[in-house]
Amino acid sequence: MFKNFFPNKILSFSNKLLSFLIILMLLIVFVGLIYSLFLSPPDFTQGDSVRIMYVHVPASFIALGCFGFMGIASICTLIFKIKVLPLMAKSLAPVGSVFALVSIVTGSLWGKPTWGTWWVWDARLTSMLILFIFYIAYISVWKFVDNYEKANKVSSIIAIIGSLNLPVIKYSVDWWNTLHQTSSITLTSAPTIHYTMLIPLTIMLIGTILYTLIVFLMKYKTEIMKFKLDKRNKEN
Amino acid sequence: MLSKKARTRIVLISFLLVASILVVFVVLKSLEENVVYFFSPTELYNKEDISFNKKIRVGGLVKDGSVINNQTSINFIVTDLNNEIIVSYKGSLPNLFSEGKGVVAEGKLKDKKYFIADKILAKHDENYMPPEVTKILKKTKE
Repeated sequence: MFKNFFPNKILSFSNKLLSFLIILMLLIVFVGLIYSLFLSPPDFTQGDSVRIMYVHVPASFIALGCFGFMGIASICTLIFKIKVLPLMAKSLAPVGSVFALVSIVTGSLWGKPTWGTWWVWDARLTSMLILFIFYIAYISVWKFVDNYEKANKVSSIIAIIGSLNLPVIKYSVDWWNTLHQTSSITLTSAPTIHYTMLIPLTIMLIGTILYTLIVFLMKYKTEIMKFKLDKRNKEN
Repeated sequence: MLSKKARTRIVLISFLLVASILVVFVVLKSLEENVVYFFSPTELYNKEDISFNKKIRVGGLVKDGSVINNQTSINFIVTDLNNEIIVSYKGSLPNLFSEGKGVVAEGKLKDKKYFIADKILAKHDENYMPPEVTKILKKTKE
């Protein structure tokens, strides 16, 4: 399976797979949105403003997940010097950063009618903003540093340092007093979210993961082609 | 299996990672008072370096039956089921503010038992359910 990510295979198999994934994603997101906006119930405390959760939570999940992948890929890049790994990390950064921004903006829109404020500097929100800044730093290094090896090294370090922020984001609501509430879905205890809301949330999460995969594949294809072209140009 | 170069790099990176984690831990621990968004009534009660001029935040639950609407201000009690503090506030409350629910008040301490707030935020917990389910839960409690 992993052979498919190698430069030669990815260019051939991704077109058919991509079309299939896009149609599947559109279906799932469509069903998810119908469920989230109309079929699911309002919350006993928040009323209909709870519906922002169906976008906010998947976005946050992806923002953290993408950066986690980038961190692991960067460690392996620095240790094993595998050539495709920086290209993969580079392809995850744009979609991850956009979802980090979506998380912050939707969170802000959710905060005003529920908490009574657009923003607070509590641990959860502040660490999410820091994550977004790390994303921007990572993308900027690749954009503005001309030498590939230098960009690779610096961006990998940024991704590794930024990954230290990930457990802080996740556990901030448990370690300190924050305005943001604690997790409703955990690995160790039953979810504190009713199944009529958990189902649309799961559908939206799957749709968002598919969307992320699609954008990643498109960018990855481009990066591989660019890499091969640069290599050929250097040899001439 | 691993080349000598890869092995040295693993050692170097692990060392740097552990060092960075320690740095982050020490920094966050020492800045703890600035990282927490509010103090609970118990934390305020036990705090030694309390300043009555600094803007701080207290958070907890609004004690049932404690909300009193005066002519000039609204008074209520914030409790963490261990200790309480009286909060006085002039202004409009957020929509989700209600008795038995979470609240964060920002302002200054008048004394250890009395807090004058200039901003009130509602804090909701991690429970999400439809209104019908809460009605059923209330019925089974009675």
